[in-house]
Amino acid sequence: MKTLRIQYFALLREQRGLTQEQLATEAATPRALYEELRAQHGFTLPTERVRAAINGEFSSADAPLREGDEVVFIPPVAGG
Amino acid sequence: MFRIANTPLSPAELKPLLSDAHAGACVEFEGWVRNHNDGRAVLALDYEAFAPLAEKEGERILAEAKAKFEIREAVCVHRVGALAIGDLAVWVGVSAAHRGAAFDACRYIIDEAKARVPIWKKEHYADGSTEWVNCATRPSAES
Repeated sequence: MKTLRIQYFALLREQRGLTQEQLATEAATPRALYEELRAQHGFTLPTERVRAAINGEFSSADAPLREGDEVVFIPPVAGG
Repeated sequence: MFRIANTPLSPAELKPLLSDAHAGACVEFEGWVRNHNDGRAVLALDYEAFAPLAEKEGERILAEAKAKFEIREAVCVHRVGALAIGDLAVWVGVSAAHRGAAFDACRYIIDEAKARVPIWKKEHYADGSTEWVNCATRPSAES
C-alpha cells in the first residue's frame, strides 16, 4: 500500500466532486490507478483518452507509482 | 514567457516584452470567445488549467519555436476562469527580423498550445446544457 495525492481537473473534477484527495492504493501505475478510480467513481473517459502526470511532469501510463507521488489525470485538452 | 492568467489579458502590456532592436516584424494572435461551436449557440466559457504543467509545457513550445524559426522573442498568455463572448482567451506575440518567421512561429505556438497544454474549456450553451470540449464520450444530444 502507498499513499498518493491526486488532483482533479475539468470533467474529472466534476465527476469526482473533489479538486484533490489523498488515498491509499495498491495500484502500481497511473493506468491501474485510473482504472481503479474509474470503477469507483464512474468516470466517463476511457483510460486511453486520459494522460497522466506525476509530480508535475507528464508520465507514461505505465510508469511506477511511489509513496507520496502527486498524480494528475489529464482529460483531452482544449485550450485556445 | 508562457503564463496562465486568471485576470483579463492586456496586449498593450504584453507587447513590450517582444521589443528587440533586431526585429523588423511583430505578429500577434488573439483567440476570442465566439458565440457558436459545432453548430451550437454558446453563451459563455469556463477555462481551467493545471497551471504548473501548463506553464512548463508552454515554455517548451516557445523554446521549440525559437529553435525552428528565426525569431527574437515569443510570448503566450492564456486566460482561465469564466469568460464571456468576445473576451480575449489567449494572446500570442512573436517578434522576428522578418515577417515570414514571425507568422510561422505564431501559428506553430498557437497550434501546439491547443494540442498539448493542459487547459480545458467548458462551453455553456443557449439550451442550458454544458460540455467539456473534446471530452464527450457519447453524442452530445444525450448529455
